[in-house]
Amino acid sequence: MTSIIQGFTQAFWLILHLDAELLAIILLSVKVSGTALVAATILGLPLSALLGFKRFPLKGLMLSMLNTFMGLPPVVVGLLVYLLLSRSGPLGFMALLYTPTAMIIAQSILAFPIVTSLGHSAIIAVDPIIKQASMTLGASPLQVSWTIIREARYGIMSAIIAGFGRVMAEVGAILIVGGNIAGFTRVMTTTIALETDKGNFELALALGTILLGISLLINLALHFAQKRGMAQTRS
Amino acid sequence: MSLLLKVSDLWKQYNGSPVLQGASFSFDGNGIYVLMGDNGTGKSTLFRICALLEQYDRGQVNYISNGQLLPHDIELRRKITLVLPKIGVFNTTVFNNVAYGLKIRGLEKKEISDRVASAIDFVGLKHKKNQAALSLSSGETQRLGIARALVINPQMLFLDEPAAFVDVKNREIIEEIILRLKKERKSTVILTTHDIRQADRLADRLLILVQGRITTP
Repeated sequence: MTSIIQGFTQAFWLILHLDAELLAIILLSVKVSGTALVAATILGLPLSALLGFKRFPLKGLMLSMLNTFMGLPPVVVGLLVYLLLSRSGPLGFMALLYTPTAMIIAQSILAFPIVTSLGHSAIIAVDPIIKQASMTLGASPLQVSWTIIREARYGIMSAIIAGFGRVMAEVGAILIVGGNIAGFTRVMTTTIALETDKGNFELALALGTILLGISLLINLALHFAQKRGMAQTRS
Repeated sequence: MSLLLKVSDLWKQYNGSPVLQGASFSFDGNGIYVLMGDNGTGKSTLFRICALLEQYDRGQVNYISNGQLLPHDIELRRKITLVLPKIGVFNTTVFNNVAYGLKIRGLEKKEISDRVASAIDFVGLKHKKNQAALSLSSGETQRLGIARALVINPQMLFLDEPAAFVDVKNREIIEEIILRLKKERKSTVILTTHDIRQADRLADRLLILVQGRITTP
């Protein structure tokens, strides 16, 4: 109990006296997770739309696979990316292992099925009458698709928020492919794991509190953006 | 330049059950045409086919302008409009709902603004311009559907049961709008209804769909 209280006290102190090293760790965490989320969104949303609008062979299998991959164990993803990027692996020549780029790749793979699958669910949840309404008003097939995506925007935003939660809290994959190198690939979650191993619970707890605070802030921002948009269209 | 619609020997079936069985008719000028028929006789199917939303099994649906047969493409779809009984409200403001058809045609902001203002005024929703469209009453929603259609100046406007789910007051407002469409905008309006008195009040020409075929009383 004492160490928990000390942890929170230290967290408060760390936030107040943010030193350069800690700031670098926080910024790298946000950069890696943010880039991974953007990549997963850029790749995932078009696939969501394709799965939502088109009929093609093996679509059901693809959806089942995406739903399964939503629960991918991070260490398995870490291991696969490690094998791909290791010197003897097929992409070893790119020398990406133990770099932030490797961490971004691993996190993108973890977020991709979440953004895609939940994005697809949001698109197919749009009332089919919207498609007909836009057609009756003269929309081209592309404009019809865009209208449906616009109608699904709040569900899509929820999919992105879920993807963000996944990458921000992730530790197993980035520990394997990033190596937790101080000043280079050390992010908040890997630092927490390291400090816990070292028995430095106060610092680990302090970092956990900061991580939670950042996640809360970003989620609150997204939530308010979503709520504001909904209020504007329902008031 | 008026648009003519000529439907000949139209057949359509769903899962082996025939709905349209050789329906033929033509709309050949400005005015209000009213199509009546019992539930399930194929009025909505016929409208959806005429609005190029649905394929048919057999027959011909020909749109003619200046003596030329028009291909069933997006250009033609933009000359005609169907307002469905459930209009499909976009989750945005009344203004943006009405502006939709103009935005997808790439019109300039000023023209969109002017035309939307005029259409909203025409259906009596001016005071609700910035309100969320989903918060409108059913009567107002139906009027929104008409505004959304008339703002694009369709050469042929199909209204599928425009007053089916509204109260007496809104029904009167909608009928007034339809009559003004004919008088002030010289529009060709084709609508379906179950209400014989409404048909009597509105119709220049009455058509009845019986067993998949069109008859005139």
